[in-house]
Amino acid sequence: MPDRFIYLDHSATTPVDERVIAAMTPYFAEVYGNPASVHRFGRSAEKALENSREMIAKVLNCRPHEMVFTSGGSEGDNLALRGVAYAAKKQGKGTHLITSPLEHNAVGRTMQQLEDVFGLPTTFLQPDHTGNITPEMLRAAMRDDTVLVSLMLANNEIGTILPVAELARVAHEKGAYFHTDAVQAAGQLDLDVQKLGVDLLSISAHKFYGPKGVGALYVRDGTPLMPAQTGGSHEEGRRSGTHNVPLIVGMATALEIAYAEHDQWIPQFIALRDHLIDGVLTTIPDVELTGDRRNRLPSHASFVFKHVHGNTLLMHLDMKGIAASSGSACKTGNPEPSEVLLALGYDREWAMGGLRLTVGRRTTHADIDDVLEVLPKVIEGVRRFSLASA
Amino acid sequence: MTANKPTVVVAMSGGVDSSVAAALLVEQGYNVIGMMMRLWSEETAPGLTGHNRCCTPEQLNDARRVADMLDIPFYVLDTRDVFRNKIVQFFIDQHAEGLTPNPCLACNMHIRFDWLLNNALALGADYLATGHYARITQSADGLFELRKGHSLEKDQSYVLSVMTQEQLRHTMFPLGEYIKPQVREMAAKFGLPVASKHDSQDLCFLGDGDYRRFLREHGPVDLFVVGPILNRQGEQLGTHDGLPNYTIGQRKGLGITGSGEPLYVLDLDRQRNAVIVGTREELGRDTLIAGRVNWIAGTTPDGAMRAEVKIRYKAKPALASLEPLSEGQVKVIFDEPLRDITPGQGAVFYADDLCLGGGLIQRVERSESIVIS
Repeated sequence: MPDRFIYLDHSATTPVDERVIAAMTPYFAEVYGNPASVHRFGRSAEKALENSREMIAKVLNCRPHEMVFTSGGSEGDNLALRGVAYAAKKQGKGTHLITSPLEHNAVGRTMQQLEDVFGLPTTFLQPDHTGNITPEMLRAAMRDDTVLVSLMLANNEIGTILPVAELARVAHEKGAYFHTDAVQAAGQLDLDVQKLGVDLLSISAHKFYGPKGVGALYVRDGTPLMPAQTGGSHEEGRRSGTHNVPLIVGMATALEIAYAEHDQWIPQFIALRDHLIDGVLTTIPDVELTGDRRNRLPSHASFVFKHVHGNTLLMHLDMKGIAASSGSACKTGNPEPSEVLLALGYDREWAMGGLRLTVGRRTTHADIDDVLEVLPKVIEGVRRFSLASA
Repeated sequence: MTANKPTVVVAMSGGVDSSVAAALLVEQGYNVIGMMMRLWSEETAPGLTGHNRCCTPEQLNDARRVADMLDIPFYVLDTRDVFRNKIVQFFIDQHAEGLTPNPCLACNMHIRFDWLLNNALALGADYLATGHYARITQSADGLFELRKGHSLEKDQSYVLSVMTQEQLRHTMFPLGEYIKPQVREMAAKFGLPVASKHDSQDLCFLGDGDYRRFLREHGPVDLFVVGPILNRQGEQLGTHDGLPNYTIGQRKGLGITGSGEPLYVLDLDRQRNAVIVGTREELGRDTLIAGRVNWIAGTTPDGAMRAEVKIRYKAKPALASLEPLSEGQVKVIFDEPLRDITPGQGAVFYADDLCLGGGLIQRVERSESIVIS
């Protein structure tokens, strides 16, 4: 039984900031009206809702009504992709879609379904070994009938940041819309949609110290979007369903705090991350950093270890009190090699051995020292065992 | 959890037995870790991952739920490759040799008390515990002893007879002292959501429990070759549609008519690809040769000895004399002939409730002039 626990899985989720909890609390039982109601109860809830929308719009540098509230990142990605694709199909326009094999499943699987079930042709771009996609790669795949390009701002598994502003420009050259999944980037990278030049951008609150179950999709004015969920025409008909006011208030508060305190946290994340990366690469043999060394998410370190199964590694680290994750692990005992690592050109032997360690506001230098103490021993033990039982 | 108590990994299945085993260990103050093996299963449909009947998504959730309730860590281990290579292949190979294997014996030897135990030890555990109905005791001179569970009808020492001293040293059977109704009561007392689950499956990797279909689809192409049905004098009485379709002692489905007396399968002759049949009187066998015999005490007895012998999991123990031969073989001569000694199954030796060990039945012999009642 370890005497302390170290949480290094902030890309999976973060604890809710105390200030966020305080901001949300009144909206459960005191200000509980339905924002769609005409009466004063409804009005006070509506006020909180629209204040939140403005707070988020400020961070994204967009008009408030361009923000659509969702239940999280997966819904935002689904709405962006389905919304634009269905609208184009209905208008009889081109329906070619472009994405990459490195996207989160919320994008990848949705694209796959749009192709398999709805017959919309989809191109998966081939990234380079660090997960980068250049404007030239995208330009080569663009067609006259391309309607939507979806490429993520920062990768969840390998941390690589894509040149989204340049990529969006390439998409626009051919008249296509550009969506970016900014779920991992939110709270750490600049989300200014004017600088990024994107037409759609999805975020999820629990990745930046907000509550789970709430997110937002930015939809640039003029972007055709057919609703994926129909009903009472909330959110200007783009997403029906009664607003979850407390969670939306929590998300807005969390996002505001994250960017107000950006200069305090981000250098700290980078220092911790680099300490971790340097330590792992110098003390452990047969290891490789995945993703780009410099052009990566401040909180994010990721590796592959030869002859190590991610599942086994996570179990051993958990026993030592260290919480981490792996793109090739699962809770049901049928891990497959990480699709992301395979797409980057790692062979099966390496692609089973991914490890992701992501730091957060509570992470200390001493935590990283502890990990650098434990991890080499764990890797050695797991390798000795896996070779012995092979 | 306490710091000074040993750490025990419990092999969990989501069923009542392993869940109560885990709960008992937690109650006794051990540091308990739950583990479940994801075993190989054939695909249920092309491209769809099959679920081994020992670890369906529902059983997995049940086990995880029990672990959550007991507040213990729970991990699912990918055991598919090693299970496919060592158990399923063994099952196919044995049938290809005309034998009728017991995969549970092989699984306890190669998977549970080898692969899984080593995984547990590598994780820093002191013991592996399972929900088997059997007991481990220690003799005056420190040897570990495997004994039948107190619940004789549930006793599982037969499938544990492959265990070695080193494995027993690191193993716990928390249910050995209990009978099934008590275990169900304890499940209710602990508030475990498993009180009415059925027991685990023998041929867990079969999609539908039909091992003949499985062998036809996964076995070597020459496994099901039409051949003769012969009597012991070598006269052909009919034809068969592949040896794996028959088991020793089988009477129905031979397709032989007009012979008067009912006929039974006496033997499956792989070399001649023949099914040998005979009358009820010819069915009895009183001698078998067991190979790859494991003596749990770690040493082979000096000379012949008396013991009770079980020739399959559910068989009644039968009195016999054992003669150790060379190269891990033991000759077993029963006091009374038995009707269904089946090559490939285990022959497991007992002195009362003490399991002495056992081996795989390689050959069956018949003294002349025996009569079966």
